[in-house]
Amino acid sequence: MRADPRALRFGAAITTLILVLVLVTGSAWLLAAQAVVFAFGIAGRSPYGMLFQALVTSAPKETEDSRPPRFAQGVGLVFAVVGVAGFAVGITPLALGATAAALLAAFLNAAFGFCLGCDMYLLIRRILPAANMEVPQ
Amino acid sequence: MTGLWVALATLALGAAIGVVRLRTDGRVGDGEPGPLLGPGELGAELGERATLVQFSTAFCQPCRATRRVLADVSALVPGVAHVEIDAESRLDLVRRLDVMRTPTVFVLDARGAVVRRASGQPTKAAVLHSLAQVVSRDSSHKPDDM
Repeated sequence: MRADPRALRFGAAITTLILVLVLVTGSAWLLAAQAVVFAFGIAGRSPYGMLFQALVTSAPKETEDSRPPRFAQGVGLVFAVVGVAGFAVGITPLALGATAAALLAAFLNAAFGFCLGCDMYLLIRRILPAANMEVPQ
Repeated sequence: MTGLWVALATLALGAAIGVVRLRTDGRVGDGEPGPLLGPGELGAELGERATLVQFSTAFCQPCRATRRVLADVSALVPGVAHVEIDAESRLDLVRRLDVMRTPTVFVLDARGAVVRRASGQPTKAAVLHSLAQVVSRDSSHKPDDM
């Protein structure tokens, strides 16, 4: 599966905005909504990406492999779920910390095009060699 | 209120990391001198004069562009081989060479010793420059035929 890099950057920018709002408002519901967006992103069907495609009809100059960004959406989902759990049980530092980690990755992607979530893969494999993730192309 | 400060601190940290990464990404620096690597470790023959070893994973955006750069260079410079290693299937080498992210590129001399390393996608010019240094150190070859 191929992805439009412009849609990915756009999605990262919206994600950054949403996660800042989560931190400022302390809204577990908003973070839960973002978690759902991450889950769709794993399947390559990010609502933000679809919004981009509805707004911008021109074809991208080049496309890229969708597996790295989809994996990164999975990393985002893990942090979002931990954050929601932190809010739910009232452990505020956990909620804020997990949300901040997701925000850091989203911001680096939106502003610089770096994929922090992708870099996590090799580090996870170094620690857990059995965590092999076969993703169909 | 705490949340606002956490958000601002995170964005500031992100900006700092981003700027540092932009400056260091793909820069070819000195490699830690380690044990020699040979066909046994690499799964491919060494280049006659130098070998470009690239570590990649499936979840890596710049790996494809890096592959293109290194393949170009190895086609351009005689005696230079390009070997791409799937990091997750060679975690032993990843640990030994302390590869933290992909792509990581090592420049090996004719004997298979690590002499340069770069994290992130290097430019073609940077790779050619480091190769010129590596090959010219090798007294058995004239540097001017690069």
